[in-house]
Amino acid sequence: MGKIEDLQVINGEGYQLSSLEKVVASARANSVWPLPFATSCCGIEYMATMGSNYDLARFGMERMSFSPRQADLLIVAGTISKKLAPVLKQVYEQMAEPKWVLSVGACASSGGIFDTYSVLQGIDRVIPVDVYVPGCPPRPEQIIDGIMKIHEMVKHESLRRRYSDEYKSLLNSYNIENNEE
Amino acid sequence: MSNWMEEKLHDSGFVEKSSETIDGDIATLNLGPTHPATHGIFQNVLKVDGEKILSSEQTVGYIHRAFEKLAERRPYNQITPITDRLNYCSSPINNMGWEMTVEKLIGAEIPKRVEYMRVIIMELARIADHLVCNSVIGVDTGALTGFTYVFQEREKIYELYEEVCGARLTTNIGRIGGFERDFSPTFYKKLDNFLKTFPKVFNEFDSLLSRNRIFMDRTIGAGPISAQRALDYSFVGPNLRAAGVDYDVRVMNPYSSYEDFDFIVPVGTQGDTYDRFQVRQEEIRQSLRIIEQAYKNLPEGSYKADIPEFYLPPKEEVYNNMEALIYHFKIVMGETPIPAGEVYHSVEGGNGELGYYLISDGGRSPYRLQFRRPCFIYYQAYPEMITGQNISDAVLTLSSMNVIAGELDA
Amino acid sequence: MKSNLTNEQVAERLQKQFGEHIKSVETPYDFLTIEVDAAKLYDIIFWLKTDSELQISFLTNLGGVHYPDNEGREFAIVYHLQSMVNNFRLRLKAFVSKENTEVDSIVDIYAGANWMERETFDFYGITFNGHPDMRRILNEDSMDYFPMRKEYHLEDATREDKDDRFFGR
Repeated sequence: MGKIEDLQVINGEGYQLSSLEKVVASARANSVWPLPFATSCCGIEYMATMGSNYDLARFGMERMSFSPRQADLLIVAGTISKKLAPVLKQVYEQMAEPKWVLSVGACASSGGIFDTYSVLQGIDRVIPVDVYVPGCPPRPEQIIDGIMKIHEMVKHESLRRRYSDEYKSLLNSYNIENNEE
Repeated sequence: MSNWMEEKLHDSGFVEKSSETIDGDIATLNLGPTHPATHGIFQNVLKVDGEKILSSEQTVGYIHRAFEKLAERRPYNQITPITDRLNYCSSPINNMGWEMTVEKLIGAEIPKRVEYMRVIIMELARIADHLVCNSVIGVDTGALTGFTYVFQEREKIYELYEEVCGARLTTNIGRIGGFERDFSPTFYKKLDNFLKTFPKVFNEFDSLLSRNRIFMDRTIGAGPISAQRALDYSFVGPNLRAAGVDYDVRVMNPYSSYEDFDFIVPVGTQGDTYDRFQVRQEEIRQSLRIIEQAYKNLPEGSYKADIPEFYLPPKEEVYNNMEALIYHFKIVMGETPIPAGEVYHSVEGGNGELGYYLISDGGRSPYRLQFRRPCFIYYQAYPEMITGQNISDAVLTLSSMNVIAGELDA
Repeated sequence: MKSNLTNEQVAERLQKQFGEHIKSVETPYDFLTIEVDAAKLYDIIFWLKTDSELQISFLTNLGGVHYPDNEGREFAIVYHLQSMVNNFRLRLKAFVSKENTEVDSIVDIYAGANWMERETFDFYGITFNGHPDMRRILNEDSMDYFPMRKEYHLEDATREDKDDRFFGR
């Protein structure tokens, strides 16, 4: 390492310039607290993703929040039946803004192989979904890929999203009351 | 407390009011359907007096996926992926149980090598299932370390499944008549490695919990059930063995050459959570013994039965031989000559006797297929097991019973 | 493990005890299958449990089957019982017609029959007299049909997005 010419030494602590959005987005993206709504087989693959081989803790997602008010990301892994759909909607409504939804597995995305009288054919019939991860069950690498896409969305999201007309009309189309009126 | 404070409290009426509302009130507590401690989706509404549970009521059916109706639509070899999703922690056992049921119906002769291969895979699945259950009992008492150790070992078992069938969790392993291909050299290498390294890690996991004073104090006496009540409720599997009855389908009605192997069936005394934990730990050790015996004595032979009407012929023959082409066409279209009849076959799954009651009318799909699911039947006893216990004991009892939601609701 | 009882032994004792209520005795795949009168089911199962020689005291499975083409015998209820002491398995079948789908509940004999009977009710509509809590278990309470009956489709009847022409149904 040689000497760097023209290096100015500043006395004091220095400062960094950025936009508020970028700082907030970076903080949000690196500390997403997921709510694992794991019902069936995809839940076991989710648990394997959480384990030490495909660590989720390196993304800051080690603290699983089972309380909706404290969670940012609703991870729906597994089949949702019609009996469970109102519960899912209630959990989504109880989450505080900002919130995202990741649908893991074929059953949550579209009903999967269970085209039957009791299975909800996709959770996007009751709540808005941000990222879909297909697979039956998806490998942990695929789940991590889905989570990285959620991080991309979080990093580029406006702080005023919840007040925008587009978001409000999306929630209205699902008959979900927007609490941030 | 100083007199001044006491006077203030009494003046405000706080002390009288709070003692009125707290004493003698029965609260209703909703445990589920989404709850961090219920591993799966089932709802328990508990009536509690303080921390003691007075009564409870269950609601199940939150993942009812209509397997039995689905099976009436699909040809026999397409039902194997559905059976995966019953007890998804040990799906090879479900798959092989189904294949053995169909082989019983058609009266197929299975080579000895296939049976030993099946035993190896089924015992690996049993180890995987018991590891999940025991580590989750640890998590519910607050011991998260065991969970991380154990899931690393499960990854090794997943790699073994991948060598055989390509999938990790919902395996769809094997075919009616055997396996799709023989075990590869990599499989033997990985199995050797597993048999060498797993016992050390397992002993470490065991030393964390088995004789741990805190764990023992929490689990001994939590959720007990007597042998007579367990038999009344049609308990099977580790839950029944923990209560003191040594019923194991592998010993009573041996299938797939289990009579050739030497293993003991562990039995508990009180039927509480500690007994269930220890029964499963011992079963993991016995499963390792069985795998070593099967691996050492693996006989030479074919990896599939000689039933060309039900087992896809190799591609070279399909392209060159007229007969093989016709068999291939019929099997893929589902027009296999399954005879009419009814058969009941059961295997020892991770939770006990998993039974398949199959009625066939000679058509391309079953007329009626009923799964005898152990979880569904023994979960009925849960209210009886937790009455009089604390809420935290109720949570522990639930996780020690190893209730898998896929098997509960089907 | 060897069994202490044979199929012929058990069938003979049942016929001696219950006479004309035993409709038929078969052994498909070496498994004793006995068709009994639906009205005498409770007594037969109770006798099997308490008899000191047979000791068939464990209920393995309980389920229903729908045969829409059999006149007067549309629904079958199948009980799988076993004796752990003697290592013997037995299947009992009782037929009811679609006009009168009622049988006696065996919850007093086997506590484990509770949810199995509720599941049979949920799927086929067979009611069990004397059951403490006869309601649906796996499906929603508001469902107004019995899905496992042969006349109902597998798929949801109210779905509007999947066109049957494209799915080969």
